[in-house]
Order: sequence, then C-alpha cells, then structure tokens
Amino acid sequence: MKNQSTGTVSGIIANLAIIKVEGPVAQNEVCYLRHKDTDLMAEVIKIRSGYAYAQVFESTRGIKVGTPVRFMGHLLEATLGPGILSRNYDGLMHDLGTMSGIFLQRGEYTDALDKAKLWHFKPLAQPGDTVQAGAWLGEVQENAVPHRIMVPFMWQGSFTVQSVAPEGEYRVEDEIATLSDASGRQLKVTMTQQWPVKQAVRAYVDKPRPYQLLETGVRTIDTLNPIVEGGTGFIPGPFGSGKTVLQQAISRQADADVVIVAACGERANEVVELFKEFPELDDPWHPGRRLMERTVIIANTSNMPVAAREASVYTAMTIAEYYRSMGLKVLLLADSTSRWAQALREMSNRMEELPGPDAFPMDLSAIISNFYSRAGMVRLSNNQSGSITFIGTVSPAGGNLKEPVTESTRKAARCFYALSQQRADSKRYPAIDPIDSYSKYLEYPELQETLAKAISPDWVDKVNRLKNILLRGKEAAEQINILGDDGVTVDYHLTFWRSEVVDAVILQQDAFDSIDARTPLARQQYMTDWVLRICDTHFQFDSFEQVNPYFKRVVNQMKQMNYSEFESEQFRSFEKELEEMLREGEGSRR
Amino acid sequence: MQTQAFQRVYTKIEQLTKATCTLRAQDVGNEELALVHGRLAQVVKIMGDEITLQVFSGTEGIPTNAEVVFFGKPPVLNVSDELAGRFFDAFGRPIDGGPDVQGEEREIGGPSVNPVRREQPSELITTGIAGIDLNNTLVTGQKIPFFADPDQPYNQVMAMVALRAEADKIILGGMGLTNDDYLFYKQVFENAGALHRIVSFVNTTENPPVERLLVPDMALTAAEYFAIDKNEKVLVLLTDMTLYADALSIVSNRMDQIPSKDSMPGSLYSDLAKIYEKAVQFEAGGSITIIAVTTLSSGDITHAVPDNTGYITEGQLFLRRDTEIGKVIVDPFRSLSRLKQLVIGKKTRADHPQVMNAAIRLYADAANARTKLENGFDLTDYDERTLQFAKEYSDRLLAIDVNIDTTEMLNIAWQLFAKYFSKAEVGIKQEFVEKYWG
Ligand SMILES: Nc1ncnc2c1ncn2[C@@H]1O[C@H](COP(=O)(O)OP(=O)(O)OP(=O)(O)O)[C@@H](O)[C@H]1O
Ligand SMILES: [Mg+2]
Repeated sequence: MKNQSTGTVSGIIANLAIIKVEGPVAQNEVCYLRHKDTDLMAEVIKIRSGYAYAQVFESTRGIKVGTPVRFMGHLLEATLGPGILSRNYDGLMHDLGTMSGIFLQRGEYTDALDKAKLWHFKPLAQPGDTVQAGAWLGEVQENAVPHRIMVPFMWQGSFTVQSVAPEGEYRVEDEIATLSDASGRQLKVTMTQQWPVKQAVRAYVDKPRPYQLLETGVRTIDTLNPIVEGGTGFIPGPFGSGKTVLQQAISRQADADVVIVAACGERANEVVELFKEFPELDDPWHPGRRLMERTVIIANTSNMPVAAREASVYTAMTIAEYYRSMGLKVLLLADSTSRWAQALREMSNRMEELPGPDAFPMDLSAIISNFYSRAGMVRLSNNQSGSITFIGTVSPAGGNLKEPVTESTRKAARCFYALSQQRADSKRYPAIDPIDSYSKYLEYPELQETLAKAISPDWVDKVNRLKNILLRGKEAAEQINILGDDGVTVDYHLTFWRSEVVDAVILQQDAFDSIDARTPLARQQYMTDWVLRICDTHFQFDSFEQVNPYFKRVVNQMKQMNYSEFESEQFRSFEKELEEMLREGEGSRR
Repeated sequence: MQTQAFQRVYTKIEQLTKATCTLRAQDVGNEELALVHGRLAQVVKIMGDEITLQVFSGTEGIPTNAEVVFFGKPPVLNVSDELAGRFFDAFGRPIDGGPDVQGEEREIGGPSVNPVRREQPSELITTGIAGIDLNNTLVTGQKIPFFADPDQPYNQVMAMVALRAEADKIILGGMGLTNDDYLFYKQVFENAGALHRIVSFVNTTENPPVERLLVPDMALTAAEYFAIDKNEKVLVLLTDMTLYADALSIVSNRMDQIPSKDSMPGSLYSDLAKIYEKAVQFEAGGSITIIAVTTLSSGDITHAVPDNTGYITEGQLFLRRDTEIGKVIVDPFRSLSRLKQLVIGKKTRADHPQVMNAAIRLYADAANARTKLENGFDLTDYDERTLQFAKEYSDRLLAIDVNIDTTEMLNIAWQLFAKYFSKAEVGIKQEFVEKYWG
C-alpha cells in the first residue's frame, strides 16, 4: 500500500462522501478531502466499481462535487510513544490541548505526541539479543510509569539487535536502536510507532485465564461480583441510573497503572469534570502522584463528528494494548458503547445496507465481541505479564435490556453490572441490581484461590452467603407485599431486614462522600463480617412492629460507620454502640 | 434573506416529493440554501450533478419549471446587540415589524466547542421553586428539559424560571408553539420589563412544521454571540423539542430513510445532542444554559424522543399533578439534575445533599405505604407518619407555586423531619442532626 491514489468527490449524503478513485484503494484506507484551505480526514468503508464510500470525520458542509481527494496508503492509525499519559485526545488521537481557539475547527489536526520534548532513555537490550515485535529495547520514565520502548508491533519475524543508543536524552523521533533482520537488512527503531487501530496488537506469547482481583473500592463490585485484571465487564442501565458516576468512581479508585477513559458520544461536561478534577486528585495507589498522571482521556463527545466516535473506542483500545505490552495493568473504560453502535447504525443506514434488528448492522454482535476480545491478560515474550481490563457502559433504548447492543455485549463480557431503574429511583446508589448482576470470574478456581489467599479461606463462601441473604430477602419482601405485614410470621420480616442490612451497608455507597466513596478490600472484609454477624444473630422479637424500628437503628448505625474514617475513634464508638444494640436485640423480649 | 449577485438560476426540476425536490445543477455545496419557487430550501443530498433540496414549507404547488436560485452559502444569522428585544421567524427574519438586524453574518449550526476550553459549570441558578432548587438544583451551562404531558403548565413554569434566573439574555426558541402560547411569552416578558433581554425565534403552529428544524440553531447562534462575544449569561428556552423531533421524522421519512424506534430517524440521538451540547460554561464567564420542554404522550418516557433526550441532557424535570394536594409538583422520583453535585453543599448549606436524599427516601416510603393501603393492608404507625409527611412535603416544598430561598427550604425539611420522625428513621449524618434537628 505504498503508492498513493487520488480521486474526486462525486456525491455527498450527510457525512458520507462518494469518491471516484484513480488507482488502487484499500478498505479502511484514510483519505483527505481538500475543501478550501483545509484537509478533511475520512475513512473508506466501502468500495464499489471504481467508487470509494468514505465516512468523513468532519462536517461536510459546503463540500462540492469535484472536491479533490488524496488517499494516504495507510489505515486509520494511532501514534504511539512516550507522552501519551495525561493527555486529552479526540477520537482520532489529535491532542485537544494544543488546538487553538474555542471551537474545534474543521481540519485542525494536532500531533499526538510532543516531538520536541526530551526523554531520559535507558537501554534494556544488548547488541546480539534476538528480539521480535513488542520486545523491550529500552525505557524512559513517563510520570510514574516505566515506559518501554519496543520493537514496532508491525515488524514481523525475528531480529538481532545491532546497537542500542546509550543512556541519555532523546526526542520521540530520534533513533534509539538498530536491528537487523534475517536477510541482514538494517532497521532503525525510534521511540514512536504507528498502529492501525482496528487491528488487535498481537505482540504477546499467550493469553492465560485471568486470576487476580482488580480492586475498585466499590463494594458491590469487589465483594459481590469482582472483576479481575484482564477481565471484561459491562454496565447497562437506563438514563440517569448511574453508569457514568460508577465508571468515574472506578477510574479514580481502581488499582491500575494506566487508566484510559473513552468518552464515546456522551456529554462534554462529563469529560470537563475529568479534565478539571483529575489533575487535582491524588492517585490512591501511587502516593504523591496525581490521577491525571496515569490517565489518558479520549473524548469524542456527542456533538463531535459521529464517524470519529466509532474510531474513538479503537484508538483507546490501541493505546491500552500499547501500555499492556510494557507489562502494565491497564484499565480501559468506555462510556457509552451504545453510541459507538449507533454510529455504526447511522453509517450502515446511509449506505443502504440491509438492516438487522432495530436497524443496527447485521454484524453488530461480531463487531462487539471482536472488540471485547482485545482485552485480557497476556504473557509477554520476556515472561512478564500485562493486562487490559475493559468495562463498557451500555445505554439501552427505553431502558429495555432486550435490545441488540445489550444482548450482543452480554455474549462478549464476563461481568454484568445491571443498573436498575427502581434502585436508582429510590436513590439506592450504585444502582447495580445485586440479583441480576453477575461476575463469571467468581466461578474461576484461579480467582477463588487468590481470594482465599489474599482475604480469607472462607471468603467466597461468605460472598455466596451475602447473595443468598439478598435473594431470600427479596422473596420475603414479595410475600409481605402479597400477604400484608401481619399476614406473615416475624421470620419473614427478619429475613427481609437481613437483606436490607446487606443492601444498606455493602451495596449502597455514596460516590460523593470522601470516605464512603472508596472502600479498600480490608475494610470491605471487616464490614462483611459485621453484616454476617448481624445476619447470624438470633433475635427475639414478638411482632413485626418491633423488627422495623430496631433494624432501622442498626442500619443507621452501620451507615455512620461507613461514613467514618476506618478504625478511627469515631468509627470505634459507633461500633461500640452497635455492639450494645446487638445485645439488646438478642437478649430482650421487649 | 437576500440573494446575492453571483446567484445561479435553474428552471428544470426533475423530481418532487412532499418535502424535497431534485434537479441537475453544478457547483453546489452541501447544506447550501436555495430559493425554490420563492420558498427557502436546503441541499440535503448530492449525487453527481443531481441535487436534492429539502423545501422547508413543503412542495405543494411547485411546478417542474419553477425557478431555483442557489445562495452559495448555508443558513446564516446576522448577529449584533440589535438582536436584543426582537422577534424572528425560523429563518431569522423579523416578525415584529422592526428593521433587519445589521451585524456580522454567522453560519448557524457551527462547530462544537473544544471540550478542553470548557469550564466546569459551577454557578448556581436559583428559581425559588424547591422542587428544583432543593431536589434538582440547576447550574449555568447545564441543559435540562421539562418532561411533561401536553396539559401541564410547562410554558408558565419555564417563563417563571427564566425570569427568576437572573440571566443577561433569554433566548426563546419556539417550535410548534400555539399562537396563544407565543403571545403568553411575549406578554409575560413584557410585564416583567424584561423585553430588552429577550430574543425570540418562533415557529408557530401556523407555520410549516419543517421550518422548525432551523429554530434551535438560530437561537443557539444568537446565544453563542452573547455568551462568547459579550461574556453574558444566556438562558435558552426550547419549547417543544418533541415537535422538533416530529419535524425530523417527517423529513427522514420523505427521504426514504430506514426509521428506527417510534418512526424516528436512526440519527435522532446525534441530532438532538448537537443542539443540547451547545450548552456550555466558558472560562471568561459567559455561559449558555438550555432549558427545554419535551412533551410526553401519556407519561411514556420510553418513547424515542424523551428516551434519547434523557440520555443527552443533564437530568430532567418531571411535572406531575399531585391529586392529594391538587397542585402541580416537580416529581422527586423521576426528576434529576445531574449537575447539582457541583453546587449543593458547596454553594448551599452543607446539610443540603443529606437533607434532600433523606426527604426523598421518606417520600418513597410514603409511596410504598400508599400501595399497601390500596391493596387493602393495615398500615403501621410508621406508614401513617410517612403519609402525613408526604402530604406536607408535597404542599410546602414540591409544589411549583413555592417561592423561597434554599436555606428556608432546608429549614422546612428539618421541621418536617422532627415533626413526623425519629432521628434514626431519618438517618442523616450525626453532625448535621446535632446542628439542625427540630
Ligand atoms: N453512587 C452514587 N451516589 C450518589 N449519587 C449517584 C450515584 N450514582 C448516580 N448518582 C446520581 O445519579 C445521577 C445520574 O448518574 P449518571 O450520570 O452516572 O447516569 P448515567 O447512567 O450515566 O446516565 P446517562 O445514560 O444519561 O449518561 C448522578 O448525577 C447522581 O445524581
Ligand atoms: Mg452517563
């Protein structure tokens, strides 16, 4: 794909340009439409008898028949190298921070990396080493992250290291190594490389099953339905049910080296929140560091060009794969994958393709599962491992989970965090439905083993007991609703209230309270033990009228504990009062 | 709107549908404006020399030999301070008998603000209505619709909010507004002595529906002028966005596009988002706040228009008649202001978030008690108290005729807590209970 073709625009429908091409052209090749003094980027998405159909990543206003087009001979690519962290990109990886003006001007494309910045390079490879794509040749320090300079992912086969630059200051485009291939050809390596975003990076040995818990500080996830390093999950929920708040909490709190947030077709103000807050907030896992230092934001908000929305999730995934190849724990979040699916739908309709369910493209399911499959934990050629944990939100039309995007994603993701309208309406946040939601990883013996070691041998049993209490509580509530408060025995009320304790103390968590927002694992374990102790207590109540006020007090007391600094004096004093309450409930027949 | 010297004239239309016409022409730009038989039209599709135009007022009576004149540019608005106090139609032409506005010509529906140039919204908007200020606090730079059945007094509430909001400019985008409602707005603004702060772009039910499609972009182009060039606090009122979406579906239908849910175009989300996302807070102090109306059909929020709107806007305000007190209230369950976090407890008293949540929780308990009652079960003492609380809460705080400041709203809530409940039942952080109980 080296010789570049040209063409001219012969038709425009919204952001679809139909181009008469002179010369060869590839599916997904990038081209530029020359409009007035600017080049507008586009991507070929269909080719038919001498015409290329290209989705234009910009407004097509004013474009005329005859507009000249230049094909670039390469696919849509990400530019990878040191300096990606803490930057804010658009969906095509142009740096938003270096653009001029208040408005996003059509055709203003900025570089992904700062080409002038000097990085302190240290060699890792030796002359004579045999290396292949993704092998580490050296490293620079990027914020808190050791950023490995690798053999470009595109290079196929084995190479011999001829020379590596000595330790010193280099720019991203400076040469830092020379390799030779089997035929003796000399190849120069710089600190930057390109990768076509829609293809998976395969510079690893294999993808073992994940086994390590990824702590998020969100109790209903970590305790009940944990996600793992290299795991996949999705959060479907109607509007306003808390998808973004939950994802942002995870992005702040999760135990990851690198966090990539793809704001895909959602609100601009929500990314502004990240822009403004992350540079100020402390990274809970790297003392003295700010959150922004480990974060990359890919923003294609709902008012930005629709075609670039589809690209944005791929750009984000490619950056994630790049950092994973350095042996890092990467967390990738996309909000919302439904907007990406809608972008596909808009294009497919415009090209008059045969529509599938709800007018989405026929191959939607395949596209989604292909994307999710790029996450995972990998073993690298040097035996180190890296991971991409991916969590996407889904915005089902009308809040109905029986729609193509939710159903396709369910097949691809292993954790399901269903947000319930009812819980959100009653302000039981995070509104993750404890009964419908699941983590397949909890069934993995590998994870069970790690949890047994890291927390306690009977941890998984405890988790299953919590789930059981919630389920039985729901059943009891239904019975009470049908038969009335005094139509059932006191036991039903107790069963219901035990589940309310689990709900209030473990599930519900205030994402806006500085203490409650993030619960470290040890504290989750501590509160779980407390909850189970209460659920195991044999209470002596004569009538349901005593149960309700008593448990209200218990729940209130435990909430106060959740709001206090763990093991602080205040925490202890609430705890002491709780002990007394418990004795009172056990002992007295009031 | 005047045509210009270099205009190109064609007289051979090849195809006509209810809303579009197609002809052969050269050198035409996408989205360019034209006059077809004296009616405004816009280019929506180009295939070689075959140009398809959307005729805003419909194609009735257009002959195949009608004159088609291209303008060589997309729809524009002249912006300057002269806009203030004026009333325009969907094309930006005066309808108040006044002169044309002199000023800089700007394309409507222009580019988006670079997100890194935005400021986080942080300035509280007070309305005096507790259903809003207490439970769903608004912030400048926010976009939020009223969700209301057509018989709710949303236009009245919106006018009231607009006048109390202390905005430098209020821009009214009326789409499918009845003439009576149009006159209502005009009169309310006039009576309040606020006409000089108002700019209106109005498409009434008497105008062709497709013309509405230009109204939001006209209103927002004017808004951007005042917010950016003049650093003003601009409030944009868009009513009714459901009628706007209906016009979208008419057009896409006539262009044979595959409809998605509820016969709306597949691009409905993007189309609405482009409008609502114009809401912004700028670093220099100017802002655009959008308050819209989305009418529902019998309260159905799963319909494509409210559903997509909910996914775009920063919350929604739900109007509902509370039969118990016989007043319209802002429903605390389905209403939400997502930007309230940025101000409540920070710009308002520290107990605000907790008080708000506790009151809504108790109100929810009352709803449960009511269900029990309807199912013929006995109520507990607690149930009884929640019902009494709910009634008073609804009357003194949720009703839209309330007009008090936020601190007083909080004080009333505390009074109601103490009147009906124990401290444990209310479940608020200890430090606030100590300070405000009773
Ligand atoms: N954990 C939480 N604690 C407190 N409030 C919450 C929590 N989660 C959500 N909320 C409330 O719900 C509102 C909506 O949440 P969020 O913006 O995350 O919804 P969403 O599911 O992303 O909606 P959309 O699909 O429209 O983007 C928030 O603004 C906040 O008021
Ligand atoms: Mg969201």
